[in-house]
Amino acid sequence: MGRSIRRADNGRAKLYERIFVAMCIGAVLLPAITLLGLLLSLLSDGLPRLSWDFFTSFPSRKAELAGILPSAVGTLYLMALTAVIALPLGVGAAIYLEEYGRKRKLATIIEINIANLAGVPSVIYGLLGLGLFVRTLGMGRSLIAGACTLALLVLPVVVVASREALRTVPMGTREACLALGATRWQTIRQVVLPQSLPGVLTGCILAVSRAMGETAPLVLVGALSYVTFLPDGLDAPFSALPIQIFNWVSRPQPAFLVNAAAAIVVLLGMMLVLNAIAVVVRDRMQMKLGRPA
Amino acid sequence: MYMSSASTHGSIGQPPKYSVKGLRALFGSHEVLHGVDIDIPAKGVTAVIGPSGCGKSTFVRCLNRMHELVVAARAEGTVALDGEDIYAHDVDPVLLRRRVGMVFQKPNPFPTMSIRNNVLAGKYLTHTHRRAEADAIVESALRKAALWDEVKDRLNAQGSGLSGGQQQRLCIARAIAVEPDVLLMDEPCSALDPIATARIEDLIHELKDQYTMVIVTHNMQQAARVSDQTAFFLQGDLVEAGPTNTIFTKPKDSRTEDYITGKFG
Repeated sequence: MGRSIRRADNGRAKLYERIFVAMCIGAVLLPAITLLGLLLSLLSDGLPRLSWDFFTSFPSRKAELAGILPSAVGTLYLMALTAVIALPLGVGAAIYLEEYGRKRKLATIIEINIANLAGVPSVIYGLLGLGLFVRTLGMGRSLIAGACTLALLVLPVVVVASREALRTVPMGTREACLALGATRWQTIRQVVLPQSLPGVLTGCILAVSRAMGETAPLVLVGALSYVTFLPDGLDAPFSALPIQIFNWVSRPQPAFLVNAAAAIVVLLGMMLVLNAIAVVVRDRMQMKLGRPA
Repeated sequence: MYMSSASTHGSIGQPPKYSVKGLRALFGSHEVLHGVDIDIPAKGVTAVIGPSGCGKSTFVRCLNRMHELVVAARAEGTVALDGEDIYAHDVDPVLLRRRVGMVFQKPNPFPTMSIRNNVLAGKYLTHTHRRAEADAIVESALRKAALWDEVKDRLNAQGSGLSGGQQQRLCIARAIAVEPDVLLMDEPCSALDPIATARIEDLIHELKDQYTMVIVTHNMQQAARVSDQTAFFLQGDLVEAGPTNTIFTKPKDSRTEDYITGKFG
């Protein structure tokens, strides 16, 4: 008789395996259940408050009359502006670091700093925005100052994501292009960028959706919580959803808490839409490139 | 040393296409070519053989200045193309590469482009594209690359949907479309099956009357089949170069003989 191949004779190893798997499942379920609970309580609080009026009303002293129109519009404007500012800067920086700067020491130094910048707390960016954009550059407590601050905040994320995307383009593709007698810029513009676009866009959308939830920098830059008008220009005062939520949560009346819950549902919904767009964009373009998704 | 043995082996009376003198190639402080002297005749096929790491790929990448694109890589010495040193200060490597096409080991068609646009890529990229000529260029390049009949009905399909051998022929068509005088091929068949390899070899045979071709291969049978001249590299030195027949039947250097008869490599 050879050595046993029966299950029963491998009981101990099997037991350890089961314990380990159970621990892994626990590690997945714990945060998932917590989040789900949070989401459910939020939805049960906020959903009933979501009405057309809630979207089209300005803030009010009376909770039941208050709405999120200026802050929601403010958030949409902010995100659009942030993307417009951060995208070209971030992608440009990534192109320099990845395609041109490889041989240079400067690029290495910048690289390390960008990695560090991504870890700087957002309050610090708020202070920088206050000092630089609001005061020194004289932008005041305006939409553009807020957008510039948020753009600064997400810039490192955009740079890192874009670099990752550029790196997925094989060296062979670049060489093929250069060997045809293309300059570096022609290679980047017509071959590397189109091929890495899905990754670049996904990274940028995710970065913007992160900026959408930021409160601290906007508080410091001077976003308002009580706005009775829509921003009518880049230099207009503004509000944003996180600010509105922050304001409502800090009020004593329970009716405002319900408002806050409803506003959070809206904010989460907007993020979800953005992230969904990111996924769709990536999959669509990858299919077009004929690469496995 | 034996470098002097690498004498001119082109047709008598014709100036060489390439005249390489004292070519050294380095990655940082690591020297991979220790001073190579060789003439490459116009038209015909020159095979570059040698064991892995002997510097044969680096050598051909010095012929279109692709070598220097690697971080910290540089080359010294003179490489004259039709008598002009391509390493002179006033030479633009971008313009040089339009005269010296290259086909790589791994087929690398542009995945974002259709078959047709892959062929025209060089034209688009260098802004020398003219709409009126496009169809003619696509057909003639694909015919020269022996791919026309297989793809003429699906020119707008993605190039990445082709088989490996077809992709490699597409890359050859792409290189031909910018009308180079020289075609460098860096182990063009090493990622292909024997049937696809045979087709590429046929193609090389057909193209050699029109182009000066330099093909790197570590397949000695292939070198013997396709080339008119052969250069044997070993550890960064050119050991011997001459007519393929001579190199394979009565090599001057014992190391060449050892390599060709399979004693090492």
